[in-house]
Amino acid sequence: MSNAMRTPAGAISVERYQGAVAEGRFRRLWNANAPGYLFLLPWLVGFFGLTLGPALISLYLSFTDYDMLQSPRWVGMANYVRIATADPKFSAAMDVTLTYVVFSVPFKLTFALLVAMALNRGLRGLTVYRAIFYLPSLLGGSVAIAVLWRQLFASDGLVNAALSQFGIEGPSWISHPNYSIYTLVALSVWQFGSPMIIFLAGLRQIPQDMYEAASLDGASKFRQFYKITLPLLTPVIFFNAVVQTIEAFKAFTPAFIISGGTGGPINSTLFYTLYLYQEAFGNFRMGYASALAWILVVIIAIFTAFSFLTSRYWVHYDD
Amino acid sequence: MTETTASVTAARPPSDITKRSLPASLVIHALLIAASLLMLYPLLWMVSASVRPENEIFSSTSLIPSSIDLSSYVRGWTGLDVSFGRFFWNSLVISVLVVTGNVIACSLTAYAFARLRFAGRNFWFAIMLGTLMIPYHVTLIPQYVLFLDLGWVNTILPLVVPKFLASDAFFIFLMVQFFRGIPRELDEAAMMDGCSAWRIYWKIMLPLSLPVLATAAIFSFIWTWDDFFGPLIYLNDMNTYTIQLGLRTFVDSTSASDWGGLFAMSTLTLVPVFFFFLFFQRLLIEGIATTGMKR
Repeated sequence: MSNAMRTPAGAISVERYQGAVAEGRFRRLWNANAPGYLFLLPWLVGFFGLTLGPALISLYLSFTDYDMLQSPRWVGMANYVRIATADPKFSAAMDVTLTYVVFSVPFKLTFALLVAMALNRGLRGLTVYRAIFYLPSLLGGSVAIAVLWRQLFASDGLVNAALSQFGIEGPSWISHPNYSIYTLVALSVWQFGSPMIIFLAGLRQIPQDMYEAASLDGASKFRQFYKITLPLLTPVIFFNAVVQTIEAFKAFTPAFIISGGTGGPINSTLFYTLYLYQEAFGNFRMGYASALAWILVVIIAIFTAFSFLTSRYWVHYDD
Repeated sequence: MTETTASVTAARPPSDITKRSLPASLVIHALLIAASLLMLYPLLWMVSASVRPENEIFSSTSLIPSSIDLSSYVRGWTGLDVSFGRFFWNSLVISVLVVTGNVIACSLTAYAFARLRFAGRNFWFAIMLGTLMIPYHVTLIPQYVLFLDLGWVNTILPLVVPKFLASDAFFIFLMVQFFRGIPRELDEAAMMDGCSAWRIYWKIMLPLSLPVLATAAIFSFIWTWDDFFGPLIYLNDMNTYTIQLGLRTFVDSTSASDWGGLFAMSTLTLVPVFFFFLFFQRLLIEGIATTGMKR
């Protein structure tokens, strides 16, 4: 710089001085923050490229007609209007999914709690029982189990073979529209292992002396359960209920395998996610499927918000 | 309460109150054993069906085959145009890569959130927790279009690359919780000695975090091995199929005709998961109990 050339040797020009200060500040900022952001780099790329970006695009697509061959065509609210008013498959899917949620979650949690309580008594062989009850949860999401289930509840399947020993002639469970959804409910309840383990951990947190005091006061077992176990376990019950309900809304594989991807018979196993899959990857109605996806998000969000709002009336945290 | 029982109760040491009398605990054991059998029966029946002679599969509900016949495994293995060996290999490659990606990328991210100070950390951490709540359906379609445009459909890239970008927020969360429990003095001392963040991560945090890394790795392997939806969408060429897609194709193509082969192949797909379960039970169960992992 000409300015710098005119200053006597050893003196520092104003620009240079300011530059050095700025550079120092930058260096300090860089030194303080660079390691954090470098470690975070893969996640940041993934977040913008695979989560935020796609989510925004999906929101946009939900207002369009898009078949992947031509560019998306803006249709405003048309997809949502059609979903709300003129799509019998949407209401069928909603119906099936809600039935599944309403039946599978309470049964699953009840079994999980009962078994956890039976196991929480310092019994011998606890680890073996716990392992056996947990195993189906671990295997349950696989195609093999869905295939097995399809056989169990077929007209000549194991369930009917067992029933016939008692002289009962069972229906063809999976191909009867009135029963098929309940075979899937049964599959879900069979996998009560992971909420059970969480209940077990929760039960262990309850101080034993509370029961001792109660039983010295002559409180019955039932009363102890009702007055001690249940209230102290409400945070865990709440957690399990929310997690399991969200999972139930998202169920896919068993319905897909058991119905051969159709959601049949007569849409009786058309889970919401299965319908979404059919629209997106069967009919290539990507815009419509995006609208379905957003409605699912809103439903799950409403449900979660509702759970958290009501939780203050029944979930007890010690403070 | 009568006088005597009251005095007996009072005389008991307090810790004995929860212990059951012998008959009561026998009843509980009997119930639990019955329930265990009910839980395991379908699985055991499937394994036993896979080694029965074909004509015997549906004739009884018993678990013990009259003779062992492994021909179902041979028929099943070669029952499709592509052998099940190929599907196993594909599943193995994908699972191993996913485990690698998850462990590396999630531990880097978790280390930054748990141990490094930088501007905006709390903001990004909140965002990361927020992504835990987003169902995959929302990003599914644009991601598919993206991977299609990149020419990645029918390759394993859409299933594997996101994991190297720490897309499993759940494991990040798990590791953050664990890293926070490691004494701060360790990395403060290392920092005094002039260790870089990278060295602290590599030489101190990772070796101390083996339990949580193993838990993440094992769950990640099992979930990837069992994953059906991802491969269903991205893999259309039978040579690229994973074990789950292979099994589903086998169901569709042989439907009612080859139950033996079907159960044999179903059993085989469960074997790796079962062995992981057997060897790492403790880790898996503690992982569930402390973090509430679902499935």
